[in-house]
Amino acid sequence: MRLLNLFKIATKAIVLNKTRTLLTMLGIIIGVASVIAMLAIGEGSKESIRTTISSMGSNMITIRPGADDRGPARGSGGDVQTLTLKNYETIKEQSNLLSYITPVVNGGGQVINGSNNWPSSIYGVKPEYLDIKVVGLQSGSMFTEAEVNSAAKVAVIGQTVVDNVFPDGQDPVGQMIRFNNIPFKVIGVLEEKGENTFGQDQDDVVIAPFTTVQKRILAIDYLNQIMASAVSEDDASTAVEQVSKILREEHKLLDNEEDDFTVRSMEELISTFSSTSEMLTILLVAVASISLLIGGIGIMNIMYVSVKERTKEIGLRMAVGGKGSDILMQFLIEAILISITGGILGVFLGLGATFFIENFLNWPTSVALYSIIISFAVCAITGIFFGWYPARKASALDPITALRYE
Amino acid sequence: MRKEIIKIENLKRQFTMGSETVHALKGISFTIHEGEFVTIMGSSGSGKSTMLNILGCLDQPTSGIYQIDGVSVKDLNRNQLATIRNEKIGFIFQSYNLLARTSAIENVELPLLYNSKVSSEERRERAVKALEMVGLGERLHHTPSQLSGGQQQRVAIARSLVNNPVMILADEATGNLDTRTSYEIMSLFQELNDKGITITFVTHEPDIATFSNRTIVLKDGEIMQDYTNYKVESAAEQLANLPKENN
Repeated sequence: MRLLNLFKIATKAIVLNKTRTLLTMLGIIIGVASVIAMLAIGEGSKESIRTTISSMGSNMITIRPGADDRGPARGSGGDVQTLTLKNYETIKEQSNLLSYITPVVNGGGQVINGSNNWPSSIYGVKPEYLDIKVVGLQSGSMFTEAEVNSAAKVAVIGQTVVDNVFPDGQDPVGQMIRFNNIPFKVIGVLEEKGENTFGQDQDDVVIAPFTTVQKRILAIDYLNQIMASAVSEDDASTAVEQVSKILREEHKLLDNEEDDFTVRSMEELISTFSSTSEMLTILLVAVASISLLIGGIGIMNIMYVSVKERTKEIGLRMAVGGKGSDILMQFLIEAILISITGGILGVFLGLGATFFIENFLNWPTSVALYSIIISFAVCAITGIFFGWYPARKASALDPITALRYE
Repeated sequence: MRKEIIKIENLKRQFTMGSETVHALKGISFTIHEGEFVTIMGSSGSGKSTMLNILGCLDQPTSGIYQIDGVSVKDLNRNQLATIRNEKIGFIFQSYNLLARTSAIENVELPLLYNSKVSSEERRERAVKALEMVGLGERLHHTPSQLSGGQQQRVAIARSLVNNPVMILADEATGNLDTRTSYEIMSLFQELNDKGITITFVTHEPDIATFSNRTIVLKDGEIMQDYTNYKVESAAEQLANLPKENN
């Protein structure tokens, strides 16, 4: 009853000062909206990195020649010729944590079909490649182990290649194409995967038996990569260690010598990219939080002025029987109402901004429920925290002095 | 014997200002009975304002007895004082002290908002009745800026009546009004007094005292005179005798 009355009084004061209230709220609105939007951007990019990498096969392990090339001033891994087919065979034989493994050789070139041509990349692999990359075929079939052994000139192509060299919409399966003047018979088309987070078109690819690519196109005797997949996601890091050990032995590296190869799991890749985007998220949220804090200070400021301005009113309220606690509650409720209303408007503005970012700027976003709950809770706390002091001041006024205040 | 509304005995109030002690009230005693219309007069510095603050339970005496409606005020805390003000006293101020941009009825309801025993229906009902009593039954939803000074003071009077106080305490209630309007207001006070409402009117204007039935004159913190007025003037008659306004 008493609280209801105080609530009425507080709402009345807010309604009587619409413009001022709205301006006060603005700080909170912008603060909350930016926290939500920033978190949505952060979450969105993290999620999209994760999905892309997972779609590339979350158990996937890649073995590249050369030392870890993440740092500067190192030769590109592709130039180093330390991986051989024999390495592949040893790993395949000795590791018990891998479910699939394939050698990989790759190179670029021109795909030609009649008068249509298209620059693309060719990957020479074994049939297990599809299992490792978790990709299926939309038509036709994959080449077989036998075709690998016989270095058959068959290929499976991605949708982008299909679109560019078969623009008339004819079925590519069974057709002949040429890659760097070597004829291939198209026997299958890969499922569409689209672009990954790094902007790479995963459908712009030609896959052929590795023997064919190694000998006929690249004319090399080493491997560019070995790809494998761990038996499970949890085993991926153990598998990485195991493979490293096998390779060190195989390459006869001494204890004080660095690895001349790099083994990496997808999980590692995810965490590398996630940590970057996490940093970004923290930074964005920190900036947004500062604006929320400033919004709170805005409330405190206005409540202070309001207490000063309404000193006489406070005196009157006390004279007609308002207790100190009534006055305290009135101003506190006012502050909380301002901040919570601002919070609600802020949530909507934040969602609106997120929608805009997603649909017009095409950034991946993801609104997490927790971000709404947190920023809303912060709002309410802001109201109480910053409203308390001015309210306390109002309630401690001496009614006689307050009544005489001009 | 009529009921004692106010009982004051040897009441003292002193203030410490730095190293000096100011004796604002130096041992005052009087009793106000139910139905009296008392004016408390005095020039500035007489202790009039201090008396008013204590009578209104806004301040407490340093020593002595102050009872309102049988309750001793001296030892009450802030909250208890607020409750006494809410339930037993109706305040009227010189500058009306109405809430701006707030309708007459909402202004009148104000004291009842702080009394959780009164439901919102009863609150509205009592506020309407109080406004009708002061002749503003037609202006319930006017805000102070839409009312004249006299009407604003009537709203304030209605506000002081709404909680059925044992005493109305007016502080220079006609101080901001012209002669005609102040007679109108005094006539309203007399009407209310005729209905049995106890009124204490603090003023420095001697002619106001002629409308009351008792006058207490303060000087330098002491009672100089306390007399009953046997020939109470009628404010309504005085009003009728005023020269007609030229408009």
